[in-house]
Amino acid sequence: MRRLLYLLPVALFVAVAVYFLLALDPNRDPSRLPSAMIDKPTPVFALDGLAGGKGLSLDALKGQVVLVNFFASWCEPCRDEHAILMKLGKDSSVQLYGIAYKDKPEDTQRFLQQLGDPFRAIGLDQTGRTAIDFGVYGVPETYVIDKQGRIRLRHVGPLTEADVAKELMPLLKSLQNS
Amino acid sequence: MIVELGHFALILAACLALLQSIVPLYGASKNHAGLMAVGQSAAVAQFVLIALAFAVLVNAYVTSDFSVVNVVENNHSAKPMLYKITGVWSNHEGSMLLWVLILSLFGAAVALAGDNLPPGLRARVLAIQGMIGVGFLTFILFTSNPFLRVSPAPLDGQGMNPVLQDPGLAFHPPFLYLGYVGFSVTFSFAVAALIEGRVDAAWARWVRPWALAAWCALTIGIAMGSWWAYYTLGWGGWWFWDPVENASFMPWLVGTALLHSAIVVEKRDALKSWTILLAIITFSLSLVGTFLVRSGVLTSVHAFAVDPARGAFILVLLVLAIGGSLTLYAVRAPSMAGGGIFAPISREGALVLNNVLLTTAAATVFLGTLYPLFLDVVNGPKVSVGFPFFNRTFVPLMIPVALAVAAGPLLAWKRGDLRAALQRLWFAFFATLAVVLIGLYLAGFKPVLAILGLGLATWVGFGSLCEWAERVKLFRIPFGESWRRAIHLPRASYGMTIAHIGFAVSIAGIAASAFETERIELVHPGETLQVAGFNLLFKGTEKVPGPNYIADRATIEVRQNGATIAVLHPERRFFTLQQMTTGVTAIRSNFMADLYVALGDPDDKGGATLRAYWKPLVPWIWIGAVFMALGGLLSLSDRRWRVGVAARRRVPAAHPAPGE
Repeated sequence: MRRLLYLLPVALFVAVAVYFLLALDPNRDPSRLPSAMIDKPTPVFALDGLAGGKGLSLDALKGQVVLVNFFASWCEPCRDEHAILMKLGKDSSVQLYGIAYKDKPEDTQRFLQQLGDPFRAIGLDQTGRTAIDFGVYGVPETYVIDKQGRIRLRHVGPLTEADVAKELMPLLKSLQNS
Repeated sequence: MIVELGHFALILAACLALLQSIVPLYGASKNHAGLMAVGQSAAVAQFVLIALAFAVLVNAYVTSDFSVVNVVENNHSAKPMLYKITGVWSNHEGSMLLWVLILSLFGAAVALAGDNLPPGLRARVLAIQGMIGVGFLTFILFTSNPFLRVSPAPLDGQGMNPVLQDPGLAFHPPFLYLGYVGFSVTFSFAVAALIEGRVDAAWARWVRPWALAAWCALTIGIAMGSWWAYYTLGWGGWWFWDPVENASFMPWLVGTALLHSAIVVEKRDALKSWTILLAIITFSLSLVGTFLVRSGVLTSVHAFAVDPARGAFILVLLVLAIGGSLTLYAVRAPSMAGGGIFAPISREGALVLNNVLLTTAAATVFLGTLYPLFLDVVNGPKVSVGFPFFNRTFVPLMIPVALAVAAGPLLAWKRGDLRAALQRLWFAFFATLAVVLIGLYLAGFKPVLAILGLGLATWVGFGSLCEWAERVKLFRIPFGESWRRAIHLPRASYGMTIAHIGFAVSIAGIAASAFETERIELVHPGETLQVAGFNLLFKGTEKVPGPNYIADRATIEVRQNGATIAVLHPERRFFTLQQMTTGVTAIRSNFMADLYVALGDPDDKGGATLRAYWKPLVPWIWIGAVFMALGGLLSLSDRRWRVGVAARRRVPAAHPAPGE
């Protein structure tokens, strides 16, 4: 029995190593995680907004092609990504909405004051409940939702110029024309 | 031609490493002195060859030899000389070369400084170091060769990420690797001990200096990284629980536990198999960190460009090194009889508590870092882990650590008297109470956790001073007598006191971050911004050309009570080659607080957004880390004296060398 205890470290390591092996799958791009939610209806949500803002709910998004970005003031990559969101926000053909993930409203407010506010509306997901419904892996994450309210794309991690040009804009165009 | 020489030296080093991993091991099993001695020459020669290869790569960068792929990808002729050199390790291939250079440095150090080791142990330690060397040298040669040529050679290189062109970040990797890789020595000692089936006080005494050296370097390396994040990212954050930061923090936590448990092995001959396990885990976590950063399994802003073949190769190395050593542990460790018996309330007991808490904290960080990955791999539900997770799990584990740090050293070995120890801490207790009450009086109940944090820091700091006062019998015997005792206290004892005070200083710096104030405003030339009693007069920005960038440089006069006390120049640098902008913050620090100004986006009327912060005690976070490392070095200097000389010179009876 005592001997078994000494086997525990190596047993744990084997389990970790198997996960590492699975994680190395070359088809698994960590920034484009396969989402179980692709082509499924967007989970229902209705979130409060910042003081003076109107909040965000799924009903308000129906009938249009939208981008939903999960962000947080404590998240460093979100700051990296923000310049790109600002550009998208200025593009009148893009409907960009934000969901502040597990963040104090005053911190979110300050974050947007510092870096600019590209969003048409912001929902506060302080409990992280909506993020769990979406299957958010970590912030930032960006989702494309089509006119029928289905999730069509999930992008994990900060967006880059290349992602926007090659992936996001073509998809938005084709969805808007359909 | 020179470049091929570097490549050739690296191949030779790999061959020597193979020799080093087989011959001494065989020699030790046959007790053949000649074969065992091969390990020493091979280790030294391996270091010389890798140093040569490294020098060749540095030379290729310095002379901007754009026939080398690695130089093309990371260098540019207009880059300042400092960053041409540090550019060598700013990329995957070059940093791996630095990694093996440091590995071979430690190997050579064991070979040269280990004259007091039994020949069998030294041979086995060097053989294990050799095996690690074989693994990583073949990894470089087969998947990450920095000496590949390109033909035709381009006219100029692609340059380096501007964020990395900073003195703080330039020297952060060498320190980090000294720490990471330094723990390979304790790992080799642990595996060698498992092969021999013998761990005793002498073993612990040989291992501890290596653990201390690696730990000091890792402490400095992590502190530098965090300091860099603080002054470059421009919003005053200094720790992000980013996977790559966690990768360096986990070995530090377990390494800290190892430092403490090795004391118990040395003084009391107990906790042997646990210490061996910690030595294995510390280096294993360093290896896991290397895997995470370089395999692309996690997304992180710090991660290197990735290649699945590299990930698979490192995973094989992980399985061989960690799986192999833990299997050996499972077979051999059960027969290692524990020595000294001790009561739960005792110095040993306190050190066990420290170990349990630190390893649990490391496990928490491990889970928080890898849990999302694990769930993702099995396509399970997605769970998000971020800042909130670590703050809620890690911080509560550190509170009992801090509480125990003050009391532990006052407990006797074997069986301690907790009440007596706490009585000796009366002064620390009242100092803590005073800090908490004054804090509540001045700041109110709102930042109550921060005030309790400051109290905790006071408890640890003054507790460590009380322990020192106890040792020199301050105020209980004539002052001259105390002075004499203070001079004769071993350096290791001062090392502990200073390191623990450093811990207290860091806690204070972290806790006080709740008291910072900030002001963010769009200002135009001639306007002022007020923060924490300072008037910041914005005088405008001007374009200043740099070697490979153009900077918008702001001039800000800092006035307090009508007098100008400083002029600050925060910058935004636009790197023309990479089309990237980085910020350079201006910080005025008086070691008690920082006035921190970052320049934000300009508007078209000559104005700019200014972010100004007043951050009380924030420099203490890093000052504390420096104290911890200094304490470690002081203790190390004491060790060297004992390890080097004690074997030949009998220590006077007043300070019996423990375990002899």
